[in-house]
Amino acid sequence: MAFFSKPRYTTVKPPERKRDIPRDLYTRCPKSGELIYTKQLEENLMVVPKSGYHFRLDAPRRIASLIDEGTWEEFDAGITAVDSLEFTDTKPYKDRLQGYIAKTGLNEGVVCGTGEMEGVKVSLAVMDFRFAGASMSAAVGEKITRAIERGLEQKTPVIIVSASGGARMQEGIYSLMQMAKTSAALSRLSDAGLPYVSVLTDPTTGGVTASFATLGDLILAEPEALICFAGPRVIKEGTNQELPEGFQRSEFLLERGLIDQIVTRHELRPRIISFLRVFMNQPAPVEA
Amino acid sequence: MEQPEFILEFEKPLRNLKRRLDELQSTGQEHHFDVSKEVEAIERRIEETKREIYQNLTPWQRVQLARHPKRPFALDYIGHIFRDFQELHGDRTFGDDQALIGGTAWFGHQPVMIIAQQKGREVKENLKRNFGMPHPEGYRKALRLMQMAEKFNLPVICFIDTKAAYAGVGSEERHVSEAIARNLREMAHLKTPLLGLIIGEGGSGGALGIAVVDRLLVQQHAYYSVIPPEGCAAILWRSREYSETAANALRLGARELMEQGIADQVVDEPLGGAHRDVDYATQQIRQSIEKHLGELMALDTDTLLEQRYQKYRQMGEFTERTVQQAVAQA
Repeated sequence: MAFFSKPRYTTVKPPERKRDIPRDLYTRCPKSGELIYTKQLEENLMVVPKSGYHFRLDAPRRIASLIDEGTWEEFDAGITAVDSLEFTDTKPYKDRLQGYIAKTGLNEGVVCGTGEMEGVKVSLAVMDFRFAGASMSAAVGEKITRAIERGLEQKTPVIIVSASGGARMQEGIYSLMQMAKTSAALSRLSDAGLPYVSVLTDPTTGGVTASFATLGDLILAEPEALICFAGPRVIKEGTNQELPEGFQRSEFLLERGLIDQIVTRHELRPRIISFLRVFMNQPAPVEA
Repeated sequence: MEQPEFILEFEKPLRNLKRRLDELQSTGQEHHFDVSKEVEAIERRIEETKREIYQNLTPWQRVQLARHPKRPFALDYIGHIFRDFQELHGDRTFGDDQALIGGTAWFGHQPVMIIAQQKGREVKENLKRNFGMPHPEGYRKALRLMQMAEKFNLPVICFIDTKAAYAGVGSEERHVSEAIARNLREMAHLKTPLLGLIIGEGGSGGALGIAVVDRLLVQQHAYYSVIPPEGCAAILWRSREYSETAANALRLGARELMEQGIADQVVDEPLGGAHRDVDYATQQIRQSIEKHLGELMALDTDTLLEQRYQKYRQMGEFTERTVQQAVAQA
């Protein structure tokens, strides 16, 4: 029949209006391969509902997911890195910094402040991987140290949500010294008997893992996060060793005894609150 | 076979002169010529060239010296500076790391605790020492010994010399990051004086894991860096060929560390590096330890801990401005 003799495949021009649609209307889940409506993903804290895959979450949205509405007060937002070494690799460090600031609207790779979690006051620092991989500049170290000292002064628990590529090489030895600086502040917090909750998210690596991130009274991790000192590629190339399955992921580290619990993003707030109530001996208000 | 005296790339002019000298001497001997004048001239030339090269070392050349195979390692010094060093083994948990050792000793009339990263010289010893790259149990043993030192009021002297903490499966499985982190936190409030001395390589977190100290001394040709120049070059310049550029940019040498407020003293080395006159290098180290240990022992514990906290609290530079200012500038 003539009806069926038409070519089976025709080229369809994309409709003009497609240009108005944001390119990232849909996001593909790397775990299941399914397409998910990006807006829905954002409303779900960047967690794919079906597969449970956790995309990285930026600091502002992380803070909103943890802190009681209307209680957040940001501190030290103006602390900015300086190019004390006048470092230039393929691009001047100064220019890189300006680029990160423009891209993220943040001054550095960590956002710090105080707020309440179901009425329990906390000092919170959240690293933002979008800013230079939230690497350890002196500015990041200063902000985290101040967040710890703020907990100490106000006698509140300290929570740090980590995500970091490690050192900020362009700051040389000063970058390394931030590990000592933040850890020293934690020794004082610990001496004062105040709780410190460390939350590890994808990816937490290098100097951050070898300082405040693994010093929590509690170490919680999001599912399937990469958490390591040396990266898997470095180890594989350096040693020719076969890497065990799931090496350096949260589940592997739970099994090897580094972390207390793996907690999904949606569970994180209620779980932290329940621990803080125990540590601070503040029972939940009895419901009427 | 004995290693030639000048093996580094930048020592090539010296190597050539030395060869000419050797040839001249053997020819003279063979044919019974008097070559003493020529020999003297070349020897003078060698001395001049040495000064020329060694007094103008670039950061990258100093890194080469810090890694020199003949450079004295911790145990080469310890036996000459301290009396009755008794090595104490094991982290009480997993094993005994031979890349990071420790034990009690006497410095004059003062009992001390020594913590030291130790490299090996021959293949067999290098394997035993894991090329000076400690595993987590090394850092845990170090902490155990430092806390013992606190208990018995012994000052701690740390010899730092490592390329890095070992990056391997076992190291990660037993959480080398946690071991280092714990040392940083605990050293920060350890109630006894802590003295650190970088005698070769100060490799990043692997070095810092025993280097949160009241005073940090750095030997003239030692280095201390957030990342080895090769690694920095590979990441930021995408090629190891930029190692020299990276070494310059990182400001990792003793003098630069003084300028940055990281080192408290540069400890002199003989011309051309510590291996050229170990006695002199040892003597310089002994004098520096004596000076700084004396000063630290005179402080009461509260002052000591407050000074230590402030020392690290103030490290690093940053500015404070408003977000609006920053964005406007961008």
